[in-house]
Amino acid sequence: MRIIKRKAGMAASILGISALVLSGCGAAPEASTSSSSAPTVDYTACMVSDEGGFDDKSFNQASYEGLVKAQTDLGVKINKAESNSATDMKPNIESMVSAGCDIVATAGFNIGDATLEAAKKYPEVNFAIVDYGYKTLPANLRSLSYNTDEAAFLAGYSAAAYSKTGKVGTFGGAEIPTVTIFMEGFLQGVNHFNEVKNKDVKVVGWGSSKSFVNDFTDTVKARQISDNLLADGVDVIMPVAGPLGQTAVDAVNESASTTDAVVWVDTDGFDYAKNGKDAVLTSVIKEMGKTVEESIEMGLNDKFKSEAYVGTLSNGGVSLSPFHNFADKVPADLQSEVDALKQDIIDGKIKMSAAK
Amino acid sequence: MTSTIKKHNTTLGTRLRGSFFLVSLLAIVLSLIVGGLLIAVTDEETAKAAKYLFAAPGDTLSAAWKAAAGAYAAMFRGAIFNYQAESFTGMIKPITETLTMATPLITAALGVALAFRAGLFNIGAQGQLIIGAVLAGYIGFTLNLPWPLHILLVVLAAALGGALWGGIVGLLKARTGAHEVIVTIMLNYVAVYLLAFLLSTPMMQRPGSNDPVSQIIHDSAKYPLIFGPDFRVHFGLILGLLATWGVWWLLERSTLGFELKAVGANPSASRTAGINTTRVTILAMVLAGALAGMAGASQVSGTEHFVVGGVAASIGFDAITVALLGRSRPLGVLVAALLFGAFRAGGVAMQTQTGTPIDIVLVVQSLIVLFIAAPPLVRSIFGMNARKARAAAADDSKNTTPTPPSGTVTSGSTL
Repeated sequence: MRIIKRKAGMAASILGISALVLSGCGAAPEASTSSSSAPTVDYTACMVSDEGGFDDKSFNQASYEGLVKAQTDLGVKINKAESNSATDMKPNIESMVSAGCDIVATAGFNIGDATLEAAKKYPEVNFAIVDYGYKTLPANLRSLSYNTDEAAFLAGYSAAAYSKTGKVGTFGGAEIPTVTIFMEGFLQGVNHFNEVKNKDVKVVGWGSSKSFVNDFTDTVKARQISDNLLADGVDVIMPVAGPLGQTAVDAVNESASTTDAVVWVDTDGFDYAKNGKDAVLTSVIKEMGKTVEESIEMGLNDKFKSEAYVGTLSNGGVSLSPFHNFADKVPADLQSEVDALKQDIIDGKIKMSAAK
Repeated sequence: MTSTIKKHNTTLGTRLRGSFFLVSLLAIVLSLIVGGLLIAVTDEETAKAAKYLFAAPGDTLSAAWKAAAGAYAAMFRGAIFNYQAESFTGMIKPITETLTMATPLITAALGVALAFRAGLFNIGAQGQLIIGAVLAGYIGFTLNLPWPLHILLVVLAAALGGALWGGIVGLLKARTGAHEVIVTIMLNYVAVYLLAFLLSTPMMQRPGSNDPVSQIIHDSAKYPLIFGPDFRVHFGLILGLLATWGVWWLLERSTLGFELKAVGANPSASRTAGINTTRVTILAMVLAGALAGMAGASQVSGTEHFVVGGVAASIGFDAITVALLGRSRPLGVLVAALLFGAFRAGGVAMQTQTGTPIDIVLVVQSLIVLFIAAPPLVRSIFGMNARKARAAAADDSKNTTPTPPSGTVTSGSTL
């Protein structure tokens, strides 16, 4: 037995070494004169992240994807700098400006003041910030925020309609406005469903109770919260916690009940969540990448508009994803009801009350 | 007779110190080499060239060299002198950035070092710094006072806040025997969450905003910029230099410093010798906290001008590393803080100009400490056989006649 094992080990190592050797055996590419496929323009779009980094599965990543998309679509050059801490943000922005960036994108309240300061100091450079707003904007700064409560309202309505147990739940990463706006919209959507259909679907985790992980990294705690919600009889969970949303998908996939589902946020969980195809009921999509790309395009075409952009259902800045694999599991009329609700919100017939 | 002994002793002393200096230097070189290898390995161009390593090995090597050399060149341009800049301001800006980044590290690390010398492993600089920053911010945006008075009050408040946070540790340690490592770690958590809570209350939160961000401090509460508005170097640096001298004076010239070191060396013996160890322990932590609190003022009044959850960055923890690297000697701490400041400033340029992940900088920093913590490793890598050296030293001492120690011999400065 031991001999076999050793032999197997030896075989494996030989295989490994030969793989290593073979991997270096490719032919050298012929020296070619540079003939890039996309016509690059002389415009550089840059991004500075906050502590979350570009792999935060949240606004930094989404905005950066907008930057990358601008690179392929518009042919602009891109550059990025990751901040490890609050002390890095100002130097990073400065460094981007001196590296010749034409537009600098940032994300979140942590970097809000640094962005404003830089915008005032360098009027010739454009700035765009995701998920933050100012009282007054200098002419070269554009703030991008999103009324995600509108789309979350539709998600809450859908979740309530889908729920078999009459209980839906949510939890957040931290109690900050960009997170709670989802939860509030979700709650209002459920309440609207109860009103219209005369039902009594309960919301756990926001409203009468609050559940938060308190950061965006503690997967163990997020998983615990998800499991507790499911044990509490909740069958639809909306995690608003960036990368921690995956833990809710895992919890739902591993739960005994086959009808449990997740409402994903920020991106379409059908594509983005791991093993999410049969777990994600729907997603509240926040088009951060698209709006960042739009800002870059504006700057590129000399049409940069300093404004407080607000993404809504009406302008497509936020949306509810299709039900995908759940299309035949939700009540038959749900899609049309949601479409009607969406129109009502766009027309102002249904108003969101301010998140508190 | 005495003169030869004195000479011998000083040379031995300098040789020891010199050898530590050499080991530190070699540790830095070594970690830069390892860091360079990592940069090369993670570089995309190098990876591309490595696919045909055997067809054209030169390509891989040159790509690897280009990646590492390019990254370090960018680091130099970001930390010391930017020879590519168009204006004089742009050229000397990097070195001023290094000074700015080093400023909070100097005082925070001095605090940690001071506690180390008293035998206290102070992990709490982060918490002390946060409390200092909170008070600096609060005084900074609530009070309306004329300029010199306001900033003075801000610094005092920050130092007092840090001193309080450190003092709790000293008191618990001295009176109840609670272990300072546990107490400081726990107080770090308390400080972090206290700050998070305060930022959600109207007391600190910016009016009209729901974000956990404090109000911006008044101009009168900001440190003056030493080299004008083009550079971020602020008056906190001067305070840091003064603090370095102050801590040196305290440790080497004052009675309290002597007691502090005695307690650090052997608390039981010091108690027997009549030193009030309770008082010394508490005072050491109070001073350490005050220094860390001043780093908080440097963050708020010097560079950030408002308080957020991440206002302390990782300064309190980097300070431990800096204190270790500086061997808890004030001048050593100063040099180590400047080195770390240079790494941080250089890392920014390295990232933006060559796309090297900033994490590499952290890896290099950590490797330095790792190598410094293991001098025999560095010595063996560089062929400095410790045993042979020791044998030579022993031979040396045999040739000189032993003499009773005299005052002049032992009172060498350890600065």
